[in-house]
Amino acid sequence: MSTSTSGIAAAPAPRYLLDRTTAVPALVGRHQDFLIVAGLAGTAKDVAALTRDGANAYCLAGAMGAAAMMGLGLALAQPERKVLVLTGDGELLMNVGSLATIAVLNPANLSIVCVDNGHYGETGYQKSHTSLGVDLERIAAGAGIRVTRSIENEDGLADGQRLIRAGNATCFVLLRVKPTDGPKLKRIMDPSLCRDRFRAALLSNN
Amino acid sequence: MNGEAPNTADWQDALYDLLRQNGVTQFAYVPDAGHARLIDRSLADNGAHSVPLTTEEEGVALLAGADLGGARAVLLMQSSGVGNCVNLLSLMKGGRFPLLTIVSMRGDFGEGNPWQYPMGQAVEPVLAAMGVICLRIERPEEVLPTAGAALTMAFQSGQAVAVLLTQKLLGAKKF
Repeated sequence: MSTSTSGIAAAPAPRYLLDRTTAVPALVGRHQDFLIVAGLAGTAKDVAALTRDGANAYCLAGAMGAAAMMGLGLALAQPERKVLVLTGDGELLMNVGSLATIAVLNPANLSIVCVDNGHYGETGYQKSHTSLGVDLERIAAGAGIRVTRSIENEDGLADGQRLIRAGNATCFVLLRVKPTDGPKLKRIMDPSLCRDRFRAALLSNN
Repeated sequence: MNGEAPNTADWQDALYDLLRQNGVTQFAYVPDAGHARLIDRSLADNGAHSVPLTTEEEGVALLAGADLGGARAVLLMQSSGVGNCVNLLSLMKGGRFPLLTIVSMRGDFGEGNPWQYPMGQAVEPVLAAMGVICLRIERPEEVLPTAGAALTMAFQSGQAVAVLLTQKLLGAKKF
C-alpha cells in the first residue's frame, strides 16, 4: 500500500509484474470454497480456466459493470456461503459506485478481487485509468470498504488468499498483473444455460 | 386529482406486504418520493435487505445475483432511472433472469417539469425494446392485482416485468 500523504502525484507508480495465469490461481486457492461471479473478458477467462468452466462460477461476456453488484445480490441471498467477485479494472471503473453500495451493506461473506492490468485488454490494450494514476484500492477504502489490500508481487499472494476467506467484513483486493491475455479455455457462452447450471448446482444441494 | 397527491400510504403498505408474502427479500432503490413508503418499510424490516444504490443499473445486477442465490429481489426506481439500466437489461434478457421493477413515473400525466418529459415518455418504448413487459397502473384499486400479476410473471414464468406507477395514480409533483 502507498504511504504517501500528498496525493496521487506523489504516490509511487503502480508495478505490473505478476502473470495473471499463475497469480489468480495462487490468490484464489481452492476455488470450490466460493460461489464466484466473474466480470467479462480477462477475469471470465481466469475463472473459467480455474474452475474448468465450473457450476460454482457465473462468468459474464457482456453487461459490463455488473459483476460486483451481482456478487452483492448473491452474497445477501447466500449468507452461509463465501462469495468471490473477480473483476477487471475496466469493468469495475464502469460501475465504480457499486463499491459505495457494497460498503454500505458490508456483507461479511463477500470478497472482491480486482485483477488490474491497467489496460482494456479485450479491445486492444488501450490504457485504463488505473495506469494513468487512479488507484482502485484507495477508491474502495474511500467508499468505506473496511478491509483492502494491493498485491503486486508473489509475497502478497498468501496473505490475499487468507484475506478473501477471513469473513469479518467485505474485503477488496487489488491484484496488479502484467497486461497479458487470460488463459484460453472454451467455455459455455449461453448466459441462460449458465444461470440454470449455477442455480441447479447451488440450490438442489440445499 | 390534477396536481394533488392522494394519500398513497394505504396501498403502498399493502404492496409492501404483498411483495414480502411472495418471498421478496431484497429491496434495491435510488431514493424517490413515489417509493418512500416501500423504502421506509424495507429499512424497518429485519427480514429484508434494504439496498440503497448509487445508480439504478446496480439494481439490475443485484437482482440477477439474488436470483443466482435463489432469492427474490425488486428494483424500485423513478422513470429517469430506466435510462440508466439499459445495457444491463441485456443480462436479464440473455440470461432469462426474472426482473421485477416498480417504476414511479415522471414526465407523464400533468408533469410540470419539462426536464422530465424526454425520459418519462421514452420509458415504455425503451423497456419494450429490451424485452421488458410494462404494466401501467392508474388507479389505487389496480395496484395489488397488477403487482400480483407481475410477481407471477417474473418469478414463476421468468419474465422481465416493469410495473409503472403513473402520475394519474401518484399525482403530479407541484412546481
